[in-house]
Amino acid sequence: MGIYYLSMQVLEGGFTLEEWLRFLEVNTPRILELTLDHAVLVTIAIVVALIIGVPMGIYLTTNEYLAGTILQAASITLTIPSIALFGLMIPIFSLINQGIGFLPAFVALVLYSQLPIIRNTYTAIKNVDPNMRDAAIGMGMKTHQRLLRVEIPNALPVIMAGIRTAVVLNIGIGVIAAYIGAGGLGVLITQGISRGDNYLIISGSLAVALLAIVADAILLLIQKRFTTKEIVN
Amino acid sequence: MIAFNHVTKSFSEDNIAVKDVNLTVEKGHIVVLLGPSGCGKTTLLRMVNRLESISNGEIMINNKNSMELDAIELRRNIGYVIQSNGLFPNMTIEDNVMIVPDLLGWSKQKKRERFTYLMKLIGLDAQDYRKRYPHELSGGQQQRIGVIRALAADPPVMLMDEPFGALDPIIREKIQDEFLQIQREVKKTILFVSHDIDEAIKMADKIVLMRDGEIMQYDTPSEMLAHPKNEYVSKFFGKDRALKSLSLHTVKNLQDIIGLAPIDATIRDTKTIHVHQDLRTTLSMLMNQEADQVVVTNDQDENIGSITIDHVQKYLHFEIKGELSVSQEG
Ligand SMILES: Nc1ncnc2c1ncn2[C@@H]1O[C@H](COP(=O)(O)OP(=O)(O)OP(=O)(O)O)[C@@H](O)[C@H]1O
Ligand SMILES: [Mg+2]
Repeated sequence: MGIYYLSMQVLEGGFTLEEWLRFLEVNTPRILELTLDHAVLVTIAIVVALIIGVPMGIYLTTNEYLAGTILQAASITLTIPSIALFGLMIPIFSLINQGIGFLPAFVALVLYSQLPIIRNTYTAIKNVDPNMRDAAIGMGMKTHQRLLRVEIPNALPVIMAGIRTAVVLNIGIGVIAAYIGAGGLGVLITQGISRGDNYLIISGSLAVALLAIVADAILLLIQKRFTTKEIVN
Repeated sequence: MIAFNHVTKSFSEDNIAVKDVNLTVEKGHIVVLLGPSGCGKTTLLRMVNRLESISNGEIMINNKNSMELDAIELRRNIGYVIQSNGLFPNMTIEDNVMIVPDLLGWSKQKKRERFTYLMKLIGLDAQDYRKRYPHELSGGQQQRIGVIRALAADPPVMLMDEPFGALDPIIREKIQDEFLQIQREVKKTILFVSHDIDEAIKMADKIVLMRDGEIMQYDTPSEMLAHPKNEYVSKFFGKDRALKSLSLHTVKNLQDIIGLAPIDATIRDTKTIHVHQDLRTTLSMLMNQEADQVVVTNDQDENIGSITIDHVQKYLHFEIKGELSVSQEG
């Protein structure tokens, strides 16, 4: 969304590299501060989403009946346009006087991350080689032993892929949080749009993109650290 | 001992995988379940450790009804090898092999000793392989690890579902020999699935030949080859079943019955064959005319005589007519 407005504005307004460097000289501390806000919002949302989503995904592998329903519900959440979901949060949280700010944005992000996290966890475990599951059961492992020793370790790359998707998704969607007063890098972009300031828009968008790339790279490192070569392939 | 009493498995009304099977596997024996794809071998095997439920009838393991035992306990007391070896890629070789001992709470010391012993059985260096991962091993090595993993907690009963299925013929024979050697030492009660006739003849004390979930014949390999009970059985083993039965007999058996020929010292192009070698191998050596004379050697590596196609033919003639009843082991 930011990108779209960006291209429109760049066509209309002016932009030079020297101007931009001067802009950065003045605004870097503010950009960094907003990046940190953004990262904190997304991190807290992801941590909570993981605490809910991963055990949920694991549990669903043992309950086929619930699995269909929950995965469907999570899919539907993801089809709601992000701005609409944020909009929906306002009246709901107004009931407890938290209509705008951190809380509704945080809840919306948690909801958005549920699908990739639950679905990847669920599919990852379901897709562990049935021969391996068979061997585990056949050797007398109990359900929790099988999950902890065999299924989760072998499903880890796919679970991590889901987490990475969720993180990148949330960093992007987190921009919208500015509209409901939750701060973050969205502030730069919304201000840029309303003031017609290309430097604000470009700096905000680039910071979002950089944040996403760095976060993804860090998670990839963590993933490699915890999996043996064969599972990664 | 494993006993199947009227065991039936139906997945649905018209999908009956195992029909009223009655079968006793003696203690210390290898019984091979043989038959075409889809005849119910795997299903029959998996009912023993309760990976499949039993629709009807009962399976007794050492005189205890399997359904009355705790499933987890039962499985830890039954070694299980599956075709794809099912090693866990996230665990080292040692951790893979020591899974059941670990589940049973063995001490580290005891596990280490057992691992070293088992690796010795299959001729691999324990120190060398301990910390490696399955993908760093060849197919044949993985399969052997699969076998000793099933042996790890020294279970009295083993279930092996085409354990050597994915191997090339040469490695396969080598591992079969190795396993028979191990079996002589450990004397487990083994149910072994195969769809390879030669493998069945070689490995089995008794063969169960199945068709569409039913047992066609349950007999020793030589009995089944010499006296097939019905047309299905004789067709299954084929027209060359007389030849196949040769692999059940050794040069020693032949020598005991009809003796060997003297060695002609003037013939220079000779090959040697060991007295415990089976007659099928001997015959193919003779037929391929790999040498002008085949000399038989004994355990002390002494030449004790020579053997010709005529000898084998004579032996075969006697054997097939049932005039001889040579025991299976040489
Ligand atoms: N889980 C299942 N659900 C339904 N039908 C099954 C199931 N498992 C096996 N069957 C059916 O039972 C029959 C016997 O299957 P089984 O796997 O025991 O054959 P098999 O003799 O081991 O064959 P193969 O040599 O190919 O391994 C087949 O017709 C198969 O389709
Ligand atoms: Mg099978």
